[in-house]
Amino acid sequence: MIAERKDFAEWRRKATPMKTSKVSFLLFSTLVTQLLSWSASAATQLQGAGATFPAPLYQRWIAEYTKNNPDVQINYQGIGSGAGIKQFTQNLVSFGASDAAMTDKEIAAVKQGVVLIPATAGSVVLAYNLPGVDNLKLSREAYAGIFLGKVTKWSDPAIAKTNEGVKLPDIPIIPCERSDGSGTNFVFTKHLSAISPEFNDKVGFGTSATWPVGVGGKGNDGVTALIKQNRGAIGYVEYGYAKNNKLTFAALQNKAGEFVSATTDSGLATLATTQFPPNLLRGWPSDPDGKDCYPIATYTWLLLYKKYDNSQIGEAVKKFVNFGLTDGQKFSEELGYIPLPKEIVDKSMEGLKTVQ
Amino acid sequence: MSDNETTKPDGMKITGSRRRVDLFLVLTWLASAVAVLSLLWILESIVTPAWPAIQKTGLGFFTSTIWDVNRDRYGAMPFVIGTAVSSLIALIIALPLGIFIALFLSENFLPLAIRQVIRFVVELLAAIPSVVYGLWGIAVVIPIVQQFGGYLSEYLGFIPLFSGPATGNSMLTASLVLALMVLPTITAISRTALVVVPHTLREGSYAIGATRWETIFRVLLPTAAPGIVAATILAFGRAMGETMAVAMLIGNSSRLSWSLLSPAGTLAGLLANQFGEAQGLQISALMYAALALVLLTLFVNMTGEAVLRRAEKATAGIR
Repeated sequence: MIAERKDFAEWRRKATPMKTSKVSFLLFSTLVTQLLSWSASAATQLQGAGATFPAPLYQRWIAEYTKNNPDVQINYQGIGSGAGIKQFTQNLVSFGASDAAMTDKEIAAVKQGVVLIPATAGSVVLAYNLPGVDNLKLSREAYAGIFLGKVTKWSDPAIAKTNEGVKLPDIPIIPCERSDGSGTNFVFTKHLSAISPEFNDKVGFGTSATWPVGVGGKGNDGVTALIKQNRGAIGYVEYGYAKNNKLTFAALQNKAGEFVSATTDSGLATLATTQFPPNLLRGWPSDPDGKDCYPIATYTWLLLYKKYDNSQIGEAVKKFVNFGLTDGQKFSEELGYIPLPKEIVDKSMEGLKTVQ
Repeated sequence: MSDNETTKPDGMKITGSRRRVDLFLVLTWLASAVAVLSLLWILESIVTPAWPAIQKTGLGFFTSTIWDVNRDRYGAMPFVIGTAVSSLIALIIALPLGIFIALFLSENFLPLAIRQVIRFVVELLAAIPSVVYGLWGIAVVIPIVQQFGGYLSEYLGFIPLFSGPATGNSMLTASLVLALMVLPTITAISRTALVVVPHTLREGSYAIGATRWETIFRVLLPTAAPGIVAATILAFGRAMGETMAVAMLIGNSSRLSWSLLSPAGTLAGLLANQFGEAQGLQISALMYAALALVLLTLFVNMTGEAVLRRAEKATAGIR
């Protein structure tokens, strides 16, 4: 018995390890050769991460650009503006993206230097659900009041005053908000803070906000669902999103006192009023001046390093962004974004040239 | 027999040169160590970033009702309450339902084949991804809650629990969907607990003249109690940690309200909502909230464990 067992053990000790090691060696070597051959033929890989708001447009750019440039692979992840800036600062991506331009402090933290490129722009609209009411006009007092919880019924005089002849139902207003941190929140709260000192006091602005009234939905789709499902609801969503989902949205009163609806033209008029500080393409019109301006519109930025350690990647990023600023702009309108005004494209191109 | 030969209890002889560590034992040790260490690691990586917020807000974090990111004021009380209440309501709905289903499936009311099908379907509920529950909640539960909530607030609005205005995205909606989500957990574990009750007990009960229902309520359920308690704890833990479906349905408000028809918020939902764009102290406060969620779950588990021990002691004689 014991002898037998010993023999077996002996055999196992001698035979098996050799066998397995041979097999695993073979497997391992094939794997290594595979990997090597992949990496040898691999295209330049660009990683981008950041804002979700322009993500559909960037994805489109990537699809169109890589069609003609198969030697580049680009991957963009819409993980949020804040996270985009974080990853960009930690040097984890080839380019970042954010709805709010980086602050001086954030820029100082990036040792390779930063070039901010306005890449596209969008409006934020106030969509509502009031069957039978198609052309709602909201004064600044009214829409700031709604989100402060001061205007609570659709029949409120603040709304009725600017909508003569419209039959407004006597039902409660259900304000709908973005519960997740987002650039849309930032743009909207920044605008409300600019037009209403009380809002600035009570809520303030940021990518998240603590609202005194209303219901929160997650993402543009969450808010859209809220608006569609609640009669009497009003909420802020991106213009492109509202358009695609056929939401009705209100004309808003701008600084000049005019009621302007969100269109590409009224958005362009707003963007044209932006004043950029010298050498830095940063700034947003939180309350534009002109008569034709739609009041809530903003840029969204691509974040590039001033100096890329890997010149191959730097070149590829430059080429891709160049495509986005020129040919890429023509996809903007179709996807619900505002194409950049020509002077901004020129300025962005100049900025792009400083990237090494 | 030479010196370096040892005799194992089963009489197997192994020579000293071939004596080695028990690989299986090492593996099991390693596996347990990995589990314990990961937990410690996770705790450490929550507490470290949460530290600035812990220092700044201290225990006030749990008593303050204001969560205002733009002023760096963080109070998680509405979210702690939201988490506890939504899970409790879900349990109140799901527990009786789950136990009845478990009873039905463990008794011989129907042929085994049909029971197996029902069991399979109930357990399949656990396989549906959270986000699908969320979408279903938006499409189906919200309109129902809106309609009935409207009536409720109209006729029973004087009771704070049902005061209006009734929004679809509310505590009630989230709790209803949560109840459905934890139902398979309760059913599956309770059923197993009921099935393993010894036959002799049932027969003994019948022998002294008890009816089937008397047997079920006086003998089977008390005997299976430890298992049912375990099911409840697991279900409660799952409900508290549930994120996606709740964030899609609860209305994500940081305001405290008595009304079940008002929007509310949970800790998990808060994390899912704000983490992506969080900066500075907000990240820290969110980590603190995560820690609160872990502690809350721990508290529930420990309470459950205590109840379990009690129940086991009480039924030890009959098992």
